[in-house]
Amino acid sequence: MKLVYFAWVRERIGLSEEEVELPADVRTVADLLAWQQRRGERYAHAFEKAPFIRVALDRSHARADQPVTGAREIAFFPPMTGG
Amino acid sequence: MAVPLRIRVQAEDFDAAAEVRRLTEGRMDIGAVVTFTGLCRSEEGRLAALELEHYPGMAEEEMTRVAEDAVRRWPLTGLSVIHRHGRIAPGAQIVLVVTTSAHRRAAFEAAEFLMDFLKTRAPFWKKEHGVDGSEGGWVEARDEDDSAAARWTES
Repeated sequence: MKLVYFAWVRERIGLSEEEVELPADVRTVADLLAWQQRRGERYAHAFEKAPFIRVALDRSHARADQPVTGAREIAFFPPMTGG
Repeated sequence: MAVPLRIRVQAEDFDAAAEVRRLTEGRMDIGAVVTFTGLCRSEEGRLAALELEHYPGMAEEEMTRVAEDAVRRWPLTGLSVIHRHGRIAPGAQIVLVVTTSAHRRAAFEAAEFLMDFLKTRAPFWKKEHGVDGSEGGWVEARDEDDSAAARWTES
């Protein structure tokens, strides 16, 4: 599964994208955010305010209770500031 | 008849008058054109530039979803949305929304709806670059933008 990062989430992790195998117990967006926090110092910093981080599954905004299984690309980013 | 939607994400500048011409040329059924252009502010001379990062692919898709929603809600005859990315200097254009309709109310309301939802749903992020050469950090999302978007679901 491909994970992509934007804005300060990308800067804090130090990666714009990576390929990962998700543990079997990561089923929802909320599980995924909690898992990211446990992946080391950079991830802990990027995801310290996890409920604040937005997630998109295959380029669509996702809610915390949405299942992540089957998604090909999952994106993580701060609230948007375009316009 | 399908309403023409023009959605673009680009680094280059745009020409609002040319976009209006594209939507109105050869048509006799349009009574109202509303254009909104968002510009980069200098923030009292503090900023050298804004850098706009975006999520390629999702930006276009999300802008299209918002535009399709606008077309379902108002009797529009056409709409254009252009959002720039990359480094943008104070005074330069960032975003354009053009809506056309037979009557003004639909064009005004749809343009405002589009901007409210672009701000809260389209994956763009602004980073500030200071005139002193500093990286000023990422612009924070404002609660007013969320409440501006939320009022469209209340009615």
